[in-house]
Amino acid sequence: MQKDLPPAPSNGSSGTARADHLLIAEMVEPGSRVIDVGCGDGALLQLLAARKAVDGRGIEIAPDRVKACVAHGLSVIMGDADRDLVDYPDQAFDYAILSLTIQATHEPRTVLDNLLRIGRQAIVSFPNFGHWRVRAQLLLTGRMPMTEALPEPWYATPDAHHCTIKDFVGLVRLVDAEVAEAVAFSSKGQRLPIKTSLSLQNLFGEKAVFRLARRKRRVQ
Amino acid sequence: MSVNWSIAAEGQGGSPGTADARLNEVHNPSSPVVHFPASEPLRLDCEQDLAPFSVAYQTYGTLNAGKSNAILVCHALTGDQHVANKHPVTGKDGWWETLIGPGKPIDTNRFFVICPNILGGCMGSTGPASLNPRTGKPYGLDFPVITIRDMVRAQVRLVDHLGIRELFSIIGGSMGGMLVLEWAAEYKDRVYTAVPIATAATHSAQNIAFHEVGRQAVMADPDWCEGKYIERGKRPARGLAVARMAAHITYLSEKALQDKFGRGLQDRQARSFSFDADFKIESYLRYQGSTFVDRFDANSYLYITRAMDYFDLEAEHGGKLANAFHGTRTQFCIVSFTSDWLYPTRDNKQIVKALNAVAANVSFVEIESDNGHDAFLLDEPEFFDTMRGFYNAAALKRGLGPAREQA
Repeated sequence: MQKDLPPAPSNGSSGTARADHLLIAEMVEPGSRVIDVGCGDGALLQLLAARKAVDGRGIEIAPDRVKACVAHGLSVIMGDADRDLVDYPDQAFDYAILSLTIQATHEPRTVLDNLLRIGRQAIVSFPNFGHWRVRAQLLLTGRMPMTEALPEPWYATPDAHHCTIKDFVGLVRLVDAEVAEAVAFSSKGQRLPIKTSLSLQNLFGEKAVFRLARRKRRVQ
Repeated sequence: MSVNWSIAAEGQGGSPGTADARLNEVHNPSSPVVHFPASEPLRLDCEQDLAPFSVAYQTYGTLNAGKSNAILVCHALTGDQHVANKHPVTGKDGWWETLIGPGKPIDTNRFFVICPNILGGCMGSTGPASLNPRTGKPYGLDFPVITIRDMVRAQVRLVDHLGIRELFSIIGGSMGGMLVLEWAAEYKDRVYTAVPIATAATHSAQNIAFHEVGRQAVMADPDWCEGKYIERGKRPARGLAVARMAAHITYLSEKALQDKFGRGLQDRQARSFSFDADFKIESYLRYQGSTFVDRFDANSYLYITRAMDYFDLEAEHGGKLANAFHGTRTQFCIVSFTSDWLYPTRDNKQIVKALNAVAANVSFVEIESDNGHDAFLLDEPEFFDTMRGFYNAAALKRGLGPAREQA
């Protein structure tokens, strides 16, 4: 489906957009207000500005990357998901995006809660610890797995809270949210068929992107 | 006071002619001056009118035909309009020549830079050393107590006089940053981008405390003469020097002091068992104090520190800082420095938070530096890179072309 999109914008960095960025871009309505938490050098924000004309903001922890964003004309503040989301007012954005970052936060539950507070919807992507290769490595070698999606050894990774797709769905329920859209995909961006069951997504998806919204309160 | 100095060899000592040169800058500055006549008074926050009044300023670069490339630079407490040229009194380089000039991050081949001396200053804009038209003598303590907002009002008059409707940018550090915030809050449609650096939206108790120490030092000097020292032919040099020494400590970080001076002795092998400047740090501070009094007016120091103490943008807007920026379309870039304990990152982030609350376009960077509050005036490559990137991107958005080729 992403093949139908126009070519990636020439943003000075790379010619091709990251697979999960393309999936996220598909989920975002044109002209919306977006915050990208952990926005790196601003590649996703630039992609969203070029293809979806969003009004974008970013948060990034590394000063060099903040500087790169500023030089691209993006509005990005130096900060991190654990400490700085609390400073944003409720429903400030249409989408609060956290791509491949939640596993590196100190308090994923609070972070997810805040994403759903400051955004009408949250879009979260993460590496799936339930992928068969991860399971197989742990089972067969008895060591922490290292895969394309999880490239660093346990002592060097910034990731503190790995989870599987099933675990994440559990957290979504816990923060009183519901899944509006979920896509599991390979590291190369190949998405699993939509109809695949949760268990199979959890087994064959190397990464996943979820679009979430607060559960609507039922009127008694 | 005998000054024992050898560390900053680039500094020039207090030559006897400099006091006269400084007073001359009050009345006949070497900068262009706009005189606003008595018929165009400046209404002040204290509900007095200041009239007539003057604003001295420097400009660099060329204003384009659309008048869309002007950057207003706001100086700090003891700065002045000589931001990118040799200082007429001290002969030193401009205080932000590292940032502003041809090919610099604020490229004067591309932008038209305006730097006014603030109201209350002593380099040609009306201040307490200026002549009071009612008495024909220097104002002294008859000068009204002014605020940051009053300083901004005077700058607005200058910008109007130059025929500029919208500033491409307004930038300043420390007190200069307060002026930037006040401009951005009060004149939202006249500020395309705003860059407050190492500053705060409300002056803290600690900062008021340091200022009070400085003011008391000035006023304790018998040569201050209840503010009438100019007409009495005196100069509260010792009081003002002590004020500067105390303030100077707040501009540096503990680490910078330790690294630069440690317990090093000044021009001697052993302690003298006296109250001479045995230590390098003592000598350094005495030197900073003595050169400062050659270029600054003691009453100006009182008035400007007071204006900073009174600064509370939050209180000006009903106790909620975000209200100050409601409806803003200005692009902000806020910068703080890790070792700045006078205007710490925390204070700068309060501004970021308020801007986020009104969905403003704001970027924020904290620059890693050991240089304390002074960092914004020093060679900080990360800071310069950030500024260059920000201004390039903003100029493109504003439709400003690349830098003119110089003939």
